Amino acid sequence: MGGLAGNRRLMPSRTTLHAWLMLTPALVLLIGFTHYPAVATLWHSFFSTPRANRPARFIGAENYLALAEDPVFWQALWNNLIYAGATIPLSIGLSLAMAMWVNGKLRGRTALRIAYFTPTVLPMIAVANLWLFFYTPDYGLLDQVTRALFGWGPTNWIGQRETALGAMIVIAVWKEAGFFMIFYLAALQAIPPNLYEAASIEGASRARVFFRVTLPLLGPTTLFIAVNAVINGFRLVDHIIVMTRGGPDNATALLLTMIYDLGFRFWDTATAAALTVVLLLILALTAALQFIFAAKRVHYR
Amino acid sequence: MSATTLPQAATPPLGLPRLGTLLETAAAWLLALVWVAPLLYALWAAIHPTGYATRFELFAPLTFANFAAAWDAAPFGRYFLNTFVLVTMVLVAQFVLCTLAAFAFARAAFWGSGVLFGLVLVQLMIMPDILLVENYRTMRALGLVDTILSIGLPYMASAFGIFLLRQTFKQVPRELEEAARVEGCGTLGILLRVYVPLAKPTYLAYGLTSVSYHWNNFLWPLVITNSVETRPLTVGLSVFASTDQGIDWGIISAATLMTSAPLLLGFLLFQRQFVQSFMRAGIK
Repeated sequence: MGGLAGNRRLMPSRTTLHAWLMLTPALVLLIGFTHYPAVATLWHSFFSTPRANRPARFIGAENYLALAEDPVFWQALWNNLIYAGATIPLSIGLSLAMAMWVNGKLRGRTALRIAYFTPTVLPMIAVANLWLFFYTPDYGLLDQVTRALFGWGPTNWIGQRETALGAMIVIAVWKEAGFFMIFYLAALQAIPPNLYEAASIEGASRARVFFRVTLPLLGPTTLFIAVNAVINGFRLVDHIIVMTRGGPDNATALLLTMIYDLGFRFWDTATAAALTVVLLLILALTAALQFIFAAKRVHYR
Repeated sequence: MSATTLPQAATPPLGLPRLGTLLETAAAWLLALVWVAPLLYALWAAIHPTGYATRFELFAPLTFANFAAAWDAAPFGRYFLNTFVLVTMVLVAQFVLCTLAAFAFARAAFWGSGVLFGLVLVQLMIMPDILLVENYRTMRALGLVDTILSIGLPYMASAFGIFLLRQTFKQVPRELEEAARVEGCGTLGILLRVYVPLAKPTYLAYGLTSVSYHWNNFLWPLVITNSVETRPLTVGLSVFASTDQGIDWGIISAATLMTSAPLLLGFLLFQRQFVQSFMRAGIK
């Protein structure tokens, strides 16, 4: 017992020991399955893939050079930038609109909230099955609707290069937006009503209230959601692995699907390691950007 | 642009905003319709005979044969059990590990805690999902490939959980802690009697997120499991849909709905609490 604890420290003398005892189990697992593999990936990316009678040997940057010469890598990188570049703003924008609608005075708000949020609780693999059915040429609902509305013929939405990546983006946005909506909804309800009253007394238009009051107050939430959206832009690939396997002709190949293919279909773990390092670098870079942005604009307590 | 709620907004001066509201309501409902369409479509296919899968007739005969056929065609009972064991194991481990770590970060000012916390937050950006190849190597070295434990192990120390609980614990007034200490509580007693009960909404929100994440997780389980005894529902469903069934949409839809049903029903029953727990947990 620490006697005069005062305001400075609450767990005085044995603090450090206790803290370490509490931290150790979590730290061991974190280091074992996040930090160690990240470092080990970098290490292994400089070695050749070990085979049955030929252990891994140091080959310098050869794995990276092989990647740089592989057109599939550039295609996957480009695809992934499009995928992330489309899903991030679309899902954030839609989730904000959803939160506004659900938070407003529209009829049947509860039903809307349920409808928007439902995709979030579905397994991505179930989602893939639903949408596979939805996208089926000729018989699928999408083709039936486009035929009835525009008289279009059957379209192989996920089987042709032009539409496959777009079809995957739609699914990702559909899956994510409802989840982000919840965070915006929580933030909207925390905004004190008197701010709106003040704005309406001053005769501010709705657009002005939105840009001057609502949006700035949603800053921290938007940052939190953006972080998640960025991560998902590189992580959310389950549906692609099931629906197209990166095809047709690599039109939907992303970095993570390529890592999976290299590592577990071709068992080329060395190139997979080099590719993982590339992905880690991209994520580290976005994290750094977000950190700088956050330090400037948003104040976490 | 979307509407903000203006409390007691006076009747709009012109007809224009009223039309705007109408358009917005229509847009909101259209979006909702698009959002549930794939699910409703699968439901239609699942409860009607195969011939009606893509034909919409109001009085098409109803059937549960598709569900029965799906259940018989693959060991879904076993998959359900595996997923249940996995989700429970991960949740319990996360609660224990994250609570202890979050408490240490929130209340113990010790040398290096800032740097350590920064190291923990790294996992927010670099999730285990991305480190498949290396984690597979680790699991093989540990002899854990194709076990349920190996599916959950990389996720048990969760940076998200530690971060959320630390934020919550930091808001607990210190007076409460001192009062408990005066009454003779040790550090662990204070944690269990003061901090944990006050953080209930956070546990609920985090728990729901965790359960749905691990119920739905696919890529890592796909990589690390290869037998019926360990496969969770998601992997089982993909094996089922890709190999066994050809393209009988009725049966695939039934299997898809079956695997999603527990979470879906749970959400529909508790959706109000679900949303509110997020709000009270102050994840914003």
